[in-house]
Amino acid sequence: MTEPHTTSALLYLDGITVSFDGFKALNELSFVIEPGEMRAIIGPNGAGKTTMMDVVTGKTRPDAGDVFFEEGAYDLSKLDETQIAELGIGRKFQKPTVFEMHTVEDNLQLALKNDRRVRSTLLWQSSGDQEKRVDEILATIRLSNLRSRVAGSLSHGQKQWLEIGMLLAQEPKLLLVDEPVAGMTDTETMQTAELLKEINRDRTVVVVEHDMAFVRELGVKVTCLHEGSVLAEGTIDQVSENERVVEVYLGR
Amino acid sequence: MRAFPLTRLIDRAGVVFLVLLGAFAIAIPVLNLLVPASSSFHVTTYLVTLFGKYLCYALLALSIDLIWGFAGILSLGHGAFFALGGYAMGMYLMRQIGTRGVYGDPILPDFMVFLNWKALPVYWYGFQHFAYAALMVLLVPGLLAFVFGWFAFRSRVTGVYLSIITQAMTYALLLGFFRNDFGFGGNNGLTDFKDILGFNVRAETTRNALLVMSCLAVAIGFIICRAIVTSKFGKVLVAVRDAEARTRFLGYRVENYKLFVFVLSACMAGVAGALYVPQVGIINPSEFSPGNSIEAVIWVAVGGRGTLTGAVLGAILVNYAKTYFTSGFLAPYWLFMLGGLFVAVTLLLPRGIVGTLKWGMANRAAAKAVAAEEGADADPKAEVVPQTAAAE
Repeated sequence: MTEPHTTSALLYLDGITVSFDGFKALNELSFVIEPGEMRAIIGPNGAGKTTMMDVVTGKTRPDAGDVFFEEGAYDLSKLDETQIAELGIGRKFQKPTVFEMHTVEDNLQLALKNDRRVRSTLLWQSSGDQEKRVDEILATIRLSNLRSRVAGSLSHGQKQWLEIGMLLAQEPKLLLVDEPVAGMTDTETMQTAELLKEINRDRTVVVVEHDMAFVRELGVKVTCLHEGSVLAEGTIDQVSENERVVEVYLGR
Repeated sequence: MRAFPLTRLIDRAGVVFLVLLGAFAIAIPVLNLLVPASSSFHVTTYLVTLFGKYLCYALLALSIDLIWGFAGILSLGHGAFFALGGYAMGMYLMRQIGTRGVYGDPILPDFMVFLNWKALPVYWYGFQHFAYAALMVLLVPGLLAFVFGWFAFRSRVTGVYLSIITQAMTYALLLGFFRNDFGFGGNNGLTDFKDILGFNVRAETTRNALLVMSCLAVAIGFIICRAIVTSKFGKVLVAVRDAEARTRFLGYRVENYKLFVFVLSACMAGVAGALYVPQVGIINPSEFSPGNSIEAVIWVAVGGRGTLTGAVLGAILVNYAKTYFTSGFLAPYWLFMLGGLFVAVTLLLPRGIVGTLKWGMANRAAAKAVAAEEGADADPKAEVVPQTAAAE
């Protein structure tokens, strides 16, 4: 760290700008996530939601601005994906991305917090503790009866849950969840909301989502992005009554 | 992922494969050396060497399957590592000729005398010792793979771009080795070998011994590959193959995983080349030709990518076909047939021979499991193994 930062936030974004060929995907984006919080991020297509996640996870480098993690202790703009993952930031992609050829159980085993170096994976042996942890996660994500199924054969909703389970297995401090309920049935959507609330008991969660019913169900603070910066922030009712939000996103 | 070390390592197909290989390693020398030439069971020495050659190709195919089938790294330049291993062995064999060369120089190989060289180049030092040459067989391909992989994987060069630069690598080496001043015999390469470890390379017993060594090398290579792919490391490799970004966001250093397996694979290819050279009696720059590397990939595709046993089977079948068809009136059309075979396999049998068999069996077992799990309402024809990876 070059300069001291005094912030109590787990994730601190200040003045983040990212441009692609002159198009500003993020335009001086600033917001903070407090430890233990769950935050929903909404906004129209192209508002910069996914780019924001790319910046936090190290996939994209910001052109300007600060991204700090854990009360300013780490500057995420200087680390790569692997280092950021090791710090404890887990990410769920928009499209469910699980290892299709591996079983549900192996997907979780690969995600479990463990030594990730080549030598240790070559000589790795499963331990009772880890099996227990996998069992727990399977129960949380409601896939216990499908543990030996190949992940590619799961339904869309089950893949989404498996991916959330893989995030849990990493034991991250912060979970970034990109559109977890896209393509889910109403029942699955409500179950996913339950699941995220359960996870939020011990972890900080940031959810990007379009589904307003789902966001309402979560009942957390909402940030609405538009053209790469924050348009409104507050409870779901405050945000959905905001005139600008109605204009650019929710529609009249 | 539970550990039952031995059964995990060698599955049923693996047992069958190793037993067949062992039987082959015993039967061929017996049929060649002990059965009289008049008997119809006699195997000619020509065939012994031919089989030995196939086995070297099989080891090369295994090394390609390890990286392509499991880590998704399609190298179209693996022939380079094979050839480098071959050259290292060839240099040892050249130094064994001694005064028996045409020019009778005790130190310099014939081609150097012919080029009017006065002293042995420094990089030829030490090759009179077998142990040193054997070390180089592993080290030279391994080092090249390390340097190449270090840059390529760190820069996240993947897919077709990686394949293209591997082609460029082997082509660059081809051009280099063609030059006389490179010091490896130029166009003619290295040949006219006499002894290996004091035994005449052309003797029947030596040829049989080389065949047995080749069988052993394939068996060891197979077991090493199995150990890799059945470990957690192997599961990470498959994860990289199927969803590289996901693996990275889980916190795995993908480039280190790729680099390790790429270097290991290059060393295996080097050993294959080293066993090949004393059996065919020559190594020249044409071994670096891009076409050779592509052909080796076709063997793996035919046998079944990601199956290991399939790679061996594919190498032997395609090369048998090559021997058969290039010795008759069909010879001019072999390349068309090879191309046609590749197209046919890609379109009709995307999993290859062994891959299709395994997939069929896995599907039946899985369908049974699903039926048991979900009761009578399960669809027995449900396709439970996804097609994505094999079809890529």
